[in-house]
Amino acid sequence: MKRYLLAVLMILLLVAGGAASAQDVTLEFQQWWEPELPEGAFRAILDDFEAANPGIKVVTISGPYLTTKDQIIASAATGTMADVVGLDGAWVNVLWKQGALASLSAVMMEAGFDDSELAAQIQLAGETYMIPIANFIYPVFVNLDMLAAAGIDPPSTRAEFAAAAAALTDPDNNVSGWAQPLSLEQPNGIQNDTMSWLWASGGSMLDDMGQPNLVGNEALAETMEFIKSLHDAGVVAPGAFSMKENEKVEEFVNERVAMIINTLAHFTLIRERNPDLNFDITALPAAEGYDGPRGLPYASWGIGIGANTEHTAEAWKLIEYLVSVEGNSKLTSIANAFPGNVNATPDFITTDPLFETAFAIFQEGYLANEFTGLPAAEELMRQFDEPFQFYLEGDIDLDEFLEIAQEEWEAIFE
Amino acid sequence: MGAGIDMAKAQAISEIANIGWEQRKRKFLPYAYLSPTLALLAALTIVPIVTVFLYSLVDNVIINQNPPVFVGLENYEEVLTNRKFRGALSNTLYFAIVSVIVHFIIGLSFALLLNTRLIGNKTKALFRVIYILPWVFTASIIAILWRLLLNPHGVINFVLLELGFVQEKLEWLSDRDLALNAVTFINIWAGYPFYMVSFLAGLQGIPDDLYEAGRVDGGNSWQLFRFITLPQLKPIIVSLALLDFIWTIHQFTLIWMTTGGGPMRSTEVLSTYTYKAAFSSHEYSIASTLAMIILAICTFVGIFYVRNQRMTDE
Repeated sequence: MKRYLLAVLMILLLVAGGAASAQDVTLEFQQWWEPELPEGAFRAILDDFEAANPGIKVVTISGPYLTTKDQIIASAATGTMADVVGLDGAWVNVLWKQGALASLSAVMMEAGFDDSELAAQIQLAGETYMIPIANFIYPVFVNLDMLAAAGIDPPSTRAEFAAAAAALTDPDNNVSGWAQPLSLEQPNGIQNDTMSWLWASGGSMLDDMGQPNLVGNEALAETMEFIKSLHDAGVVAPGAFSMKENEKVEEFVNERVAMIINTLAHFTLIRERNPDLNFDITALPAAEGYDGPRGLPYASWGIGIGANTEHTAEAWKLIEYLVSVEGNSKLTSIANAFPGNVNATPDFITTDPLFETAFAIFQEGYLANEFTGLPAAEELMRQFDEPFQFYLEGDIDLDEFLEIAQEEWEAIFE
Repeated sequence: MGAGIDMAKAQAISEIANIGWEQRKRKFLPYAYLSPTLALLAALTIVPIVTVFLYSLVDNVIINQNPPVFVGLENYEEVLTNRKFRGALSNTLYFAIVSVIVHFIIGLSFALLLNTRLIGNKTKALFRVIYILPWVFTASIIAILWRLLLNPHGVINFVLLELGFVQEKLEWLSDRDLALNAVTFINIWAGYPFYMVSFLAGLQGIPDDLYEAGRVDGGNSWQLFRFITLPQLKPIIVSLALLDFIWTIHQFTLIWMTTGGGPMRSTEVLSTYTYKAAFSSHEYSIASTLAMIILAICTFVGIFYVRNQRMTDE
C-alpha cells in the first residue's frame, strides 16, 4: 500500500513540477544600463515586475556599452539574441537589416496597447522596432562665474552665443568660449555638437523621404557657416579635430571652456569632479528669428525584442512595465533621465533645481536626433566629419564640403 | 609435406604483413605526433584565413539576410582603386618605415650606452630600468599618456614655449601637418626598448677577441663598430627590422586611441581603415578584402624574414 502511495505521490509531483515549469518563463534581458545605475537599483525594478507577473523571471545580461553593442550584433548574426535587448538608436538599422528585431507594432497591436503614452518610437519601414524608455538630452552647460565676470547672460540665439564665446575667450589664460569635439574615433560630436545646432532651429538633414538632404539645404548651410565663423574667430578650444566627448567635459570641469553642449547624464560627474563649479544649463541657441519649438539632441536607452524569442508575449509584458507610468518613473528617477512615457514623472526634477530647468527645456522642446535609426549611423557621422574638417580648415568651400558628404551618405543609404 | 609448405607460406605472408604494418606505422607515426599541432594550426590559422578569403569574394556577409552573392575580385578592384585606401597605404608605409629606422637607431644607441665599460654596473642597471619603461605600458595606456602630454594645454607645449622653441601652442594631434609624425613618434617611444634589449643581448655575445684583434690592427672606435659590431649584429638587425615592420603595419590601438585616423585622414592607416569598414560601416566583405591585402604585404615581408633566418641557420 505504501508503495502505491509513494508512486502516486511521485506522479503528482512530476505533474505539478511539469505544470510549474510549463508556466515559468525565463526572459533574458541584455543591456548596458545595470552597471551604470546604483548597485541593486535596476534589479529592484525587475523584482517589482516579477512580483506583478508571476511565472515570468528576468535574467539580466549586463555589461559596458561597447561590449553590449558587440555582443548584440554578434548574437544577431548567429540568431542567439536575448529575448529583450537594450538598444541604442544607432544600432537599430543594422539589426533590422539582419531581421534580428521583432516588430513592436505587431506586438503592441496584439496586446491592445495604447502607444499614445510613448514619447517616441523608432520606426523602420513603418514598423516600430525600438522604444526609447529613458532619454538624456543635451542642453548647453554654461559656467556662470565666467559669464558673470564678462557681464553677459546665458545666450539664447546664435548671435548671442557667438558674442558670448568671443567675450569669454581668453587665450592668455587658456580659456575658450566653446569646445567642439570632432575626433574621428568617436564622431558623435557631429550629432551632439554640430547637427544639434540645426535641430535646435527646426532644421533637418533629411528630406521628406528620410534620405540625405545636405546639398541645397539652406538651414544646414547657415548652420555650418555659423560654426565655421566660431572656429575662424578663434573661440573654439584648440585640439578640436582630435578632441573626444570626455575631454570636452574635462575642459569644462577645469574651467578652460565656458560653454559646452553636453548630456544631462554628466551632471553628477561634473559635480563630483569640481564641486565648486558654478554652472547652469540653457536650451541650445536658435537661429535669429526662429521662435518655434527647439529640437533637443538626445541619447536614449531604447528597448526591443529579439526576433528569435519564443516568449514574445512575456517579453512585451516586461517592456510594457518599463514604459508604464510606474515602471518608467522608477527607472528614469534612478537614471536621472527623462521619461519615455509622457505621463511619467521622475522624482529628481522636484529635488534639484538644475533638473527642474532641464525638465522645462525638455517640455518646451522636442526630442530630435535624426541619426537614430539611420543605416551605419556612426559611419554617417564620420563621413560628415572628414570633409567638415577640411571645410573648417579652409581647404574646401561649403558647397564642396556638402557635396562630398552628400555623396558619401547616399552611398551608405543605398 | 604439403601442409608444412602451406604453414611456411602462411608464416612468410604473416611476416611480410607485419613488416608492411611496421613500415606503415613508422611512416605515419610522425604525422600522428604532429596531428595535435596540425589540428590547432588548421583551427586557429588556416580556417580563419580561408574564411576571410571567401568573405572577400562575396558582396557582403554577417549582416545579410539573403545568401551572399559571389562577386569574384570586385571587392579587390573597389579597394585598390579607392583613394582613401591609397592614402591609408601611403601613411602606413611612412609610419612603418620611419618607425623601423628610428627604432633601430635609438635601440642600438641605447644598447651601446648600456654595454659600455665606462659606466658602473649600478648606473647601468638604473638606466636599463629607465630605458625599458615604455615597453612595460600597454598601448592604451601609452595612448592616454601621450594624449595628455600632447594636449594643446599639455606639458610638452608648456616646456617648448618656456624654452622658446615654439612661439604658439601646437596642436600635435589635431594639426594634419603634425599628427602623423606625432603618432609615429609615440610608436617609436613605445617600441625602441625591444630593439635595445635585443641589441644588448647581441652585443654581449660578441667575443672580446675580435675587438682586441681589431685594436692590434690599428682600428679606431668607428672602424671597430663598422667592421666588427655591425656585421656581428647583422642577423639580429635584419630579423628585428622585418618583424618590427610587420608589427608596425598591424599597429591599431595606438593610432585609434590618439587620433582615430584624423585629422582629415592624415593618420589613417590600413588597420584603422579596416576597422572602420568592419565595425562602423558593417562592410565585412570589404574589411575582409583589406585584411587579405594586409596579409599579402606581411607575407611578402615574412618571406624575407624566413630566408634571412634560413641563411643565419646555415
